[in-house]
Amino acid sequence: MNNTTQQWVDEKLTRALDKVQATVPMDLQIKGMHLFQKARRRVLKRPPPLPLVETPLPAVDSLPLERIDVTSPFLYRQGVWKSYFQRLRDEAPVHWQGQTPFGGVWSITRYDDILAVDKDHERFSAEPFIIMGETPDGLALEMFIAMDPPRHDRQRLAVQGVVAPKNLQEMESLIRSRVQEVLDELPVGEAFDWVPRVSIELTARMLATLLDFPYEQRHKLVFWSDLISGSTEATGGTSTADEIFEGIPEMARQFAQLWHDKAARLAAGEQPGFDLITLLQSSPDTRDLIKRPMEFLGNLTLLIVGGNDTTRNSMSGGVYAFNKFPKEFAKLKANPGLIPNMVSEVIRWQTPLAYMRRVATQDTVLGGQFIRKGDKLVMWYASGNRDERKFDQPDALIIDRPDARQHMAFGFGVHRCMGNRLAELQLKILWEELLARFEHIDVLAEPEIVQSNFVRGYSKMMVKLTRKAV
Amino acid sequence: MAIIRFAQHTGTTRDVPLTEGSNLMDLARANAVPGIDGDCGGSCACGTCHVIVDAAWAARLAPANAEEERMLSMAVDRQPHSRLACQIIATAALDGLRLQVPEHQF
Ligand code: HEM
Ligand code: FES
Repeated sequence: MNNTTQQWVDEKLTRALDKVQATVPMDLQIKGMHLFQKARRRVLKRPPPLPLVETPLPAVDSLPLERIDVTSPFLYRQGVWKSYFQRLRDEAPVHWQGQTPFGGVWSITRYDDILAVDKDHERFSAEPFIIMGETPDGLALEMFIAMDPPRHDRQRLAVQGVVAPKNLQEMESLIRSRVQEVLDELPVGEAFDWVPRVSIELTARMLATLLDFPYEQRHKLVFWSDLISGSTEATGGTSTADEIFEGIPEMARQFAQLWHDKAARLAAGEQPGFDLITLLQSSPDTRDLIKRPMEFLGNLTLLIVGGNDTTRNSMSGGVYAFNKFPKEFAKLKANPGLIPNMVSEVIRWQTPLAYMRRVATQDTVLGGQFIRKGDKLVMWYASGNRDERKFDQPDALIIDRPDARQHMAFGFGVHRCMGNRLAELQLKILWEELLARFEHIDVLAEPEIVQSNFVRGYSKMMVKLTRKAV
Repeated sequence: MAIIRFAQHTGTTRDVPLTEGSNLMDLARANAVPGIDGDCGGSCACGTCHVIVDAAWAARLAPANAEEERMLSMAVDRQPHSRLACQIIATAALDGLRLQVPEHQF
């Protein structure tokens, strides 16, 4: 099928879609989008992407440079990521691989090069996506993480107040009491899975707090977020486009409802809260955001997706890291004042999001390599955070590392993580409350690692707690 | 001795020795001034070295360039004389410069 036909099909279908955009409720729009994509695939005879099948990855030493592909969603799970990235950092820090399941990509693997690309939004655009592949066709949620200035700035400034330090002070005691509840209910002296009981549960509570989402339904936030970030086409994960399009209309419906309920409660004289919806409704720029559905949905989705896997996996990652580096845990218990620096170090060590993607806006040169306009670049934070040119003994967890805060897990430049203070606060509270209760948190078996080239996380981790002697 | 004075929101101040050629974020960090994180190591890429320059001094500094301006525009408590400390290089002429450290960095 040639390009012109494809364009013609797209134009016809898009025009039909535009007509309904202005009038139809959000959830129905997304359902419509799904039918649109199915129709498009049928007309263009394009097969849906296949789920990826795991096979053992070769040892990196056995490969010539031009055959190294770091985009596999199994790289991290199979434990070979360190050797792959080390080889690239040493021998080809700006490395082209033309044949990946996600198209051709430049991998940027050294700390300084990543920083240079992340800072330079004029040469390296975050549009249209920041994940390696494409999001399922037509799921065009407008998220400012994948927009360039000035559009990015306007949208970010409208919402960032909700996670700004001043607002967090207001939420801290609520977050803490919700952490305490979870920890007080944990079984002591017996095996249980840390991931759902602690990491997922606490993250769900935090997100529900942030959005003032119905508390009993908080697990839906996690479900939607997992669905979206697990897209096969986007990150090599396990959710298919059909599953995503089936789940998202419900999310759209509930978010719209959340907006209208809040407006009604505020109108009825309820005290304004510190949540995102209140914030949006009380600012002149965003009071009518609901009338820009894709932007409204995009912003809410970005917040739950951005805050979900990341915080969750830092919570699991910290426990795992302390089991690998038990002396560091002893150091922490002896000196809880190290908690803030330890939190940064755990985030560096884990690097919950492996990368962000950019597209070159012009022909350019980076690290001696000629990069063409339109080429995709992947900034591998996971590698930059283990760059021996930047960090001493980069693979070791060292909780009093003086430059721990200089990790790049939050990115740099205009897109630097908006939720970074919230993430730090949530982790700080967790560790303060853990130290107050438990002497040991033993990991009983190697954790299970999720399938993704983007999220570096744990799906299962069996642990056993020992109570602190009083 | 030439100094730079960092004032905290609590009212306390700390004078740090001025080393010509260093940027003010590095000086603050080397002297453990609270509230200056400097997460990007002075690359103008994180915004965690935000300070507010005393009005009387503001005009005597070289103005912020476009890159600094953009990072500052994302700061939550931006003031008219907000600057990124890492983008100001210490010179003898800055002896006695007073900087307010905001209550929060973001
Ligand atoms: C340890 C936890 C977290 C990590 C490692 C993390 C990581 C990141 C990274 C790497 C970026 C992109 C930076 C860049 O392109 O330079 C980002 C952006 C973002 N994050 Fe986070 N994040 C975390 C927690 C959170 C939380 C808790 C929230 C919200 C509740 C959040 C919301 C966002 C948003 C909205 C953006 C887009 C910012 C922009 O484009 O201006 N993140 N995060
Ligand atoms: S230290 Fe990062 S902007 Fe100044």
